[in-house]
Amino acid sequence: MTAAENHMAAPERRNWRLAGSGLAALLILGGWIFAALFAPWVAPYDPDAIGMMTMLGAPSASHWFGTDQVGRDILSRVIHGARVDLLMCVLGVLPPLIIGTTVGLLSGYFRGLTDAVFMRVYDITVAFPFFVLVLAIVGLLGPGLTNYFIALAIVGWVTYARLVRAEVLVLRESEYVLAAQVLGFSNRVILLNHVLPNALSPVITYAVSDAVLVMLAGASLGFLGMGAQPPTAEWGVMIADGQSFIDQAWWICFFPGIAAISLGLGLAFLGDALAQLRRPVRS
Amino acid sequence: MSHLRSILNRLLQLIPVLIGISVISFLLLRLAPGDPVRLLVGDRASPETIAAVRQQYGLDLPLPLQFLRYVSNVLQGDLGLSLRFQRPVAELIGQFMGPTLFLAGYVVVLTVPPTLLLAVAAAKRPGGFIDQLIRFLGIMGLSIPVFWLGIMMARFFGAELGWFPVSGYGQTFTAHLHHLFLPAVSISIWLIPVLTQSLRQALIERSAADFITAARAQGASEREIFWRHMLPNAILPTFNLLGVMVALIIGSTVIVESVYAVPGLGRLLIAALMGRDYYVVQGLTLVFALVTVAITLIIDIISTFIDPRVEL
Repeated sequence: MTAAENHMAAPERRNWRLAGSGLAALLILGGWIFAALFAPWVAPYDPDAIGMMTMLGAPSASHWFGTDQVGRDILSRVIHGARVDLLMCVLGVLPPLIIGTTVGLLSGYFRGLTDAVFMRVYDITVAFPFFVLVLAIVGLLGPGLTNYFIALAIVGWVTYARLVRAEVLVLRESEYVLAAQVLGFSNRVILLNHVLPNALSPVITYAVSDAVLVMLAGASLGFLGMGAQPPTAEWGVMIADGQSFIDQAWWICFFPGIAAISLGLGLAFLGDALAQLRRPVRS
Repeated sequence: MSHLRSILNRLLQLIPVLIGISVISFLLLRLAPGDPVRLLVGDRASPETIAAVRQQYGLDLPLPLQFLRYVSNVLQGDLGLSLRFQRPVAELIGQFMGPTLFLAGYVVVLTVPPTLLLAVAAAKRPGGFIDQLIRFLGIMGLSIPVFWLGIMMARFFGAELGWFPVSGYGQTFTAHLHHLFLPAVSISIWLIPVLTQSLRQALIERSAADFITAARAQGASEREIFWRHMLPNAILPTFNLLGVMVALIIGSTVIVESVYAVPGLGRLLIAALMGRDYYVVQGLTLVFALVTVAITLIIDIISTFIDPRVEL
């Protein structure tokens, strides 16, 4: 079998991969969403309760993930941290997605000046290293998660717009859009009912991988002191907290990192499942 | 001739980008809450001092004029003054640049060979076991927070085993190699998966190309096709990867330099953000963008020489 033939997956293989990735995503993401929603009931302790008796305790039967330098239970903090880090995935992805999709639709459909201006803005924005620009904006506006979301909305939308624009450029020449134009539908109706639904699928796939990036960048900001502020239980902040105690108490850093990796993996599996759904099948 | 024209064309396209970059880095300072003069002179300055400083820095001028002034300063190599160090920003950047350049080069050296090997191995049989394995490892690598990996490796290979220093930069070339090994590996582990996937895709697209089919029809063995036709065609996409890498490397050096206390530009940026040393932030953001643009440009131009069909 040649490489080229192999590239188009056989339906059975695609379905297995879809089922595997989908199930893995469901378990991991479902677990985290459950933990985040019901954190006060799931977590064994109050995440902010400090205890002189339990300082820097190693993982044990009463504290599965150990305790930090002021005696807080790491497991409880990791569970409560899921609230913040999942929220980052949602609030860090949705505004750029909405802004970008709108601009991409208009720019790709109407072309002309809007499109020319957008392409210039795109070129300029991607000239800056993404993380540096976000970091600079957050740092100047002032540390905190709200400003992180603002920075992402300012910087992140261009990628979505570029993606949607490319889809729309193809769709606007498609027969059903031409037919809708001939039938005299307004541009508004054509854009919302005919173009948008068909342009959305690559956007959603990209949004899932973007969520991993946004979560990791947000945790990095927390680590650098620019994101969520202590004593908030956020995974990046917790890792920063533990860095000074790494030689005596590795568990303070270790478990929040594992949590971030598992959430990233869950999102990656979701992305893979969505990509399988979109992939052409050889009949 | 056509080379020259397309390069010239590419340079022309650069002008709006450069203007845009300077506008953004200029406006960046306006994001900071409060009066910039207050930041320069402190809270207890008299109104006269404030007025004097405002005039000295040209902050009493209308915004467009301030911008022109900024651009003309930048063109003369003047990026402003660091409030904390009381030294020109350009001078500071020059001083802190060495470790970051070294680290970036180190990352490229550690990243490109494994990326090429993994992508080639994965593209040989797309969908096969090795491809799936590499894809899974890639997903793992992408999900690891770089700073966490850095801390864990410092603890294990540094503190536990004592193989590598966990902070600093060292004095000699070999000391640099030794000190920056863990920082460079932390970045590479995250970078290799990103690049492997895109190179794999490029390789698979090439393997479906007509000339492969033609070679196959002429009876060339799969082995021969791979080494004589597919691999040489992978050089250009690999080379283009370098352009993609620049921005990613710059972003991750900021994080990794903080973890390993490397005295580079990333540490300077974080220190400046913490200390509200705004001209340093502005200068660094501008320099990072200019470096990204310059390297992308150089790679694009070299690409046209490797493959004359490439359009800029």
